[in-house]
Amino acid sequence: MHPAYSVIFFTTASGAGFGLLTLLGILGPLQQLPNDRWFGLVALFVAFALAVSGLLSSTLHLRSPSRARYAFSQWRSSWLSREGVAAVATMIVAGVFAIGWVFFEATAGWWGAAGLLAALGAVVTVASTGMIYAVLKPIRQWHDPLVVPAYLLFALATGAVWLDAVVTVLARNNQALSLGAIVLLVLAWGVKAAYWKRIDTGQSISTPESATGLGALGPVSLLMAPHTEENYLQREMGYRVARKHAVKLRGLAVIGGLALPVPLLVAGWLLPAVPGSVCAVLAALLATLGVLVERWLFFAEARHTVTLYYGHRDG
Amino acid sequence: MTSLPKQPSARKLGLVIDLDTCVGCHACVVNCKEWNTGGYPAPLTDQNPYGKDVSGAWLNRVHTFEAGEGADGRTVHFPKSCLHCEEPLCVSVCPTGASYKRNDDGIVLVDEDRCMGCGLCAWACPYGAREMDMGVGVMKKCTLCIDRIYNENLDEADRVPACVSTCPASARHFGDLGDPGSAVSQLVAERGGYDLMPEQGYKPTNKYLPPRPRRDATTAGSRPERLDEARPEGGFLGWVDRLLSAV
Ligand code: SF4
Ligand code: SF4
Repeated sequence: MHPAYSVIFFTTASGAGFGLLTLLGILGPLQQLPNDRWFGLVALFVAFALAVSGLLSSTLHLRSPSRARYAFSQWRSSWLSREGVAAVATMIVAGVFAIGWVFFEATAGWWGAAGLLAALGAVVTVASTGMIYAVLKPIRQWHDPLVVPAYLLFALATGAVWLDAVVTVLARNNQALSLGAIVLLVLAWGVKAAYWKRIDTGQSISTPESATGLGALGPVSLLMAPHTEENYLQREMGYRVARKHAVKLRGLAVIGGLALPVPLLVAGWLLPAVPGSVCAVLAALLATLGVLVERWLFFAEARHTVTLYYGHRDG
Repeated sequence: MTSLPKQPSARKLGLVIDLDTCVGCHACVVNCKEWNTGGYPAPLTDQNPYGKDVSGAWLNRVHTFEAGEGADGRTVHFPKSCLHCEEPLCVSVCPTGASYKRNDDGIVLVDEDRCMGCGLCAWACPYGAREMDMGVGVMKKCTLCIDRIYNENLDEADRVPACVSTCPASARHFGDLGDPGSAVSQLVAERGGYDLMPEQGYKPTNKYLPPRPRRDATTAGSRPERLDEARPEGGFLGWVDRLLSAV
């Protein structure tokens, strides 16, 4: 599948934003985070900026963006619609939570309830994003039970490293948080490793023979394409990354997203304020970059059954 | 409304495509484009139509496959357009309500005034039956020529999809596949019509008829005798023959 940059940036950024919002909405009301308004302002700003910039970039790949408002209407059947509804509802509740934290330095009681609701909404939003892909049967690499858990864990893990960065810079009290972030990163990449193994060993249920129904005559191969130039289908779904590049990129994603952020997170809590803060922010940036590469691969390694009609054997 | 009809419609309008007789002339492709760029989904735009990288939205395409190997290999021309599935994921994933399946005849359509051009439905179609119209910014697909098949301004005989009306080999048949007594249903029963990619679970309405078994020594019957040399004895040709032999 063609890796559209707007969609890759969207799922990575809004994933991190909603992941951060989930943690703020839970840890805030549990009184595990500083209550002061500056902390609340910065942390919630980072969460909103990530989530909103992601959502805005997702409209870039629409060919008729002026009709995007209709996308909130089909939540009964469409996960894309559900994602939109959940994202907006979450933003509204998170806005209430933010008012309590920033203006009244209050994260308990009703304000806290708003935070918990926002956390729930954020989880539902990210799960809906994963479901958009997971329901697509023609794409074997997406129609996989590990897709939604991976989306959720990457959102929480990148949210946690961003929370760790904000806490380290502003408050310096972070051992537990850094540890939590490390655990989430390891979990997320562990699920991804299992996912990669699954897609490497799995096989498409469809073949050129089943796509044409001509299997009884023998193996089926394309003799003449229906058109001489690439069409929309091939541009959108014919994208293939060479196997050897994919392996290299997987390595790069793991190094950027896991191997480097973990020692940086540890350094963040061991080192004094300034170098520690630099390490924590670096960890957040690298972890996000790693997920960006992972998301690129999520598209580039996915194969659509339509390519069976264009001469490929592995739909 | 992108929720699917609760009950599958009783009428299931669709196509039956005969892979035995299709000659791969692409006439249906061209007539489809011709009709639809002025019909329901108009315009059906092309980009750079006279330049180097020609591209455009077409609702029907003809692939050509080789099935079998070596001397047993057969060339099969393979027309493909929307199969108007009974379980069309393309419809249920659409966030805007632009894609829908009609209750009364099962036709799958796009309401172009609601489509925001996200492309998700094209991802959801295993058959590649939807193409984004880059000039208009909305998704296009086969409408089964709803503006022909119900068009009372046309002669009854012309109330069939453009592709069906134009096929010189009569390889495309249109009718109600929900009615077991219809001509198309009987054709499917007779010739062993089948679904494409049944394993994907979309339950396509359109059916494909397999190529007939090839004639070999046992089935071919007697080969025509070699014709004798032409010996025009009489009539005009005989006169020409005599004349030419004389000079
Ligand atoms: S062929 Fe594709 S576009 Fe047509 S109804 Fe089936 S899934 Fe939808
Ligand atoms: S491209 Fe249009 S019809 Fe297709 S899913 Fe998006 S809004 Fe619906």
